[in-house]
Amino acid sequence: MNPELIRSLQELLPQIQGYIYPNEIEIHWGLLIVVYPYITGVVAGAFILASLVKVFNVKEVQPLYRLSLLTALAYLLVAPMALVSHLGHPERFYEILLTPQTSSAMAMFGFVYAWYLMAVLLLEIWFVHRTDMIDMAEQSTGAKRLLYRVLSLFSKDKGERAVAFDHSALKVITIVGIPSAFLLHGYVGFIFGSIKANPWWSSVLIPIVFLFSAIVSGIALVVLLYMIITPLTGGKINMKCVDKAVDFLFYAVIVDFSLEMVDFIHRVYQSEEEIKILSEMVMNKLFASLIIIQVLLGMLVPLLLISLTKIFKKRFSLNEDMRKMVYFISVILIQFGIFATRWNVVIGGQMFSKSFRGLTTYKMEFGGIEGLLYAIVLLALPIAILFVLLKVLPPWKELREEGETGAEALGSAGM
Amino acid sequence: MNGRRSFLRGFLTVLLSGGTIGGILQILPSKADAREAPPKGQKWYGFGVSIEKCIGCARCMDACKNENNVPKEPFFVRTWVERYITRKNGQTTVKAIAPGDEATPEAASDRTILRSFFVPKLCNQCANPPCVQVCPVGATFQTKDGVVLVNEKTCIGCRYCIQACPYGARYLHPASHTADKCTFCYHRISQGQLPACVEVCPTQARVFGDLNAAASPMSRFLRMNKIHTLKPGLNTEPKVFYANLDGEVR
Repeated sequence: MNPELIRSLQELLPQIQGYIYPNEIEIHWGLLIVVYPYITGVVAGAFILASLVKVFNVKEVQPLYRLSLLTALAYLLVAPMALVSHLGHPERFYEILLTPQTSSAMAMFGFVYAWYLMAVLLLEIWFVHRTDMIDMAEQSTGAKRLLYRVLSLFSKDKGERAVAFDHSALKVITIVGIPSAFLLHGYVGFIFGSIKANPWWSSVLIPIVFLFSAIVSGIALVVLLYMIITPLTGGKINMKCVDKAVDFLFYAVIVDFSLEMVDFIHRVYQSEEEIKILSEMVMNKLFASLIIIQVLLGMLVPLLLISLTKIFKKRFSLNEDMRKMVYFISVILIQFGIFATRWNVVIGGQMFSKSFRGLTTYKMEFGGIEGLLYAIVLLALPIAILFVLLKVLPPWKELREEGETGAEALGSAGM
Repeated sequence: MNGRRSFLRGFLTVLLSGGTIGGILQILPSKADAREAPPKGQKWYGFGVSIEKCIGCARCMDACKNENNVPKEPFFVRTWVERYITRKNGQTTVKAIAPGDEATPEAASDRTILRSFFVPKLCNQCANPPCVQVCPVGATFQTKDGVVLVNEKTCIGCRYCIQACPYGARYLHPASHTADKCTFCYHRISQGQLPACVEVCPTQARVFGDLNAAASPMSRFLRMNKIHTLKPGLNTEPKVFYANLDGEVR
């Protein structure tokens, strides 16, 4: 038995409002399951940003291409950790792959994940870096040489035809990759949206809302990383690129916000039996995380800030530092907003009773597998992985492409 | 290049849409009145609850915990009893009773009470169970006689089934870390005995039996009462049937 669990449940008893079913006191999907859709969202979003370059030919954001692919990979590697460590029996996780039940949305995770990792992300990253890896192997010696030989799968062909094949392969992979990225995060939305027992989740819009919030979080994160990494490594931020990326971010936030408003208005207007308990929950339990952080700070303030740079275009175009600051604040706010979105979906969905008669409370632990500390580790881990990936497959040359204006920065980069 | 790409695109479309449409057609019922039909010539277990007979003694809860090794704490239950009190102003308060609770105020002594009653709850053993649908590894399954069980040797403890159950009938067993819920006392009924809660109920508020049997307490219960199930709008097709269920009960 677990005396700690019993004690924490006992502490929750006085905080219950109204009536909840006895089994509902324990909140089953905690912080780890909040982290999981946040991470997969970043993966999908970062990949969509990368495909802007390859499929939609948005040349301005080319400097972000490799960075966003590597970011997607770093986060994708961490995504299953959150899931597996939350299981009651983590040692049995492989059963999902060996004996999956096809009717279960969750069982398909293994396959969607494997498909996305193997058939899309790794393949694309490999083709992008193939010639670079061959070069690196040629220029280095010893263990490093062996590493790049292995990474490039011992390919040595740098001929014109091989490079042309790389390019056409990349096109195909990205075209397959976009629906795959949609699938990856749309499916995460479906896991929640298909639960008819839970009216907070059960909505056809949820997969689409998840998708757009994924695009928002992915683009915002890559822009944030770019704005931090570039100066740290002695480069100069390419404002043309950031402007364009923030443009896309801006429209994605508008679509995301509109979708969530449609969902909200639809619920309030239809006013079904659960509306009373849901509105009580929003006003009492989720006010800070939903109204303040998700909507106000995570969406409206960044929208306002970015619109200012568009409305007062002249003034802002003269002052790059001002623009940088506005963007920087916006993308950080958006990250918090999207994390709050995940929180409100996952935790919010379990705070009201399915009897629609009462509310319970989620008490976050600090230590332990479901605790804050472990969640922070999981959120920091992708950054550490990204650090390694950037060392192995350096994107600096591309990251510092300055267009016409900053050719000198390219020279001084010296990578 | 273009030809190759359009071929690839077309091929993928057919593959994806063909698979999806086929899969969805398989799930869709073909008749409006279609129900999960009980298999002929086989047992198909159901459960009856007479609201008016329940006196809220909570012996069923005790019996269940003892019989099925359910943790003693009140946060883990396979069956429970709710007390409803509706006042004359229309307000309804609900409480899950516990063994040894003080007596319920009666309408005779408390003039503000319009009506009050007890509602025993347990897993509805749905004919169309959402918990079975969502289990990623098939650890939750429906037996041939219609009982939904959990295999604790293969359950990975993801708790998706707990989220999918509209009735709050499931919990995560704190010792085994696997999902747990009412089994209709499967170990007893397969020996021809009654579930523990039915056996101890002093007023026969709980009835159990084979829905396919022509003459049984269960079929008599269904014949003699006006019947309702919980949350019928969710199309789970519960096999726990309530006689004289109040509209306040969810």
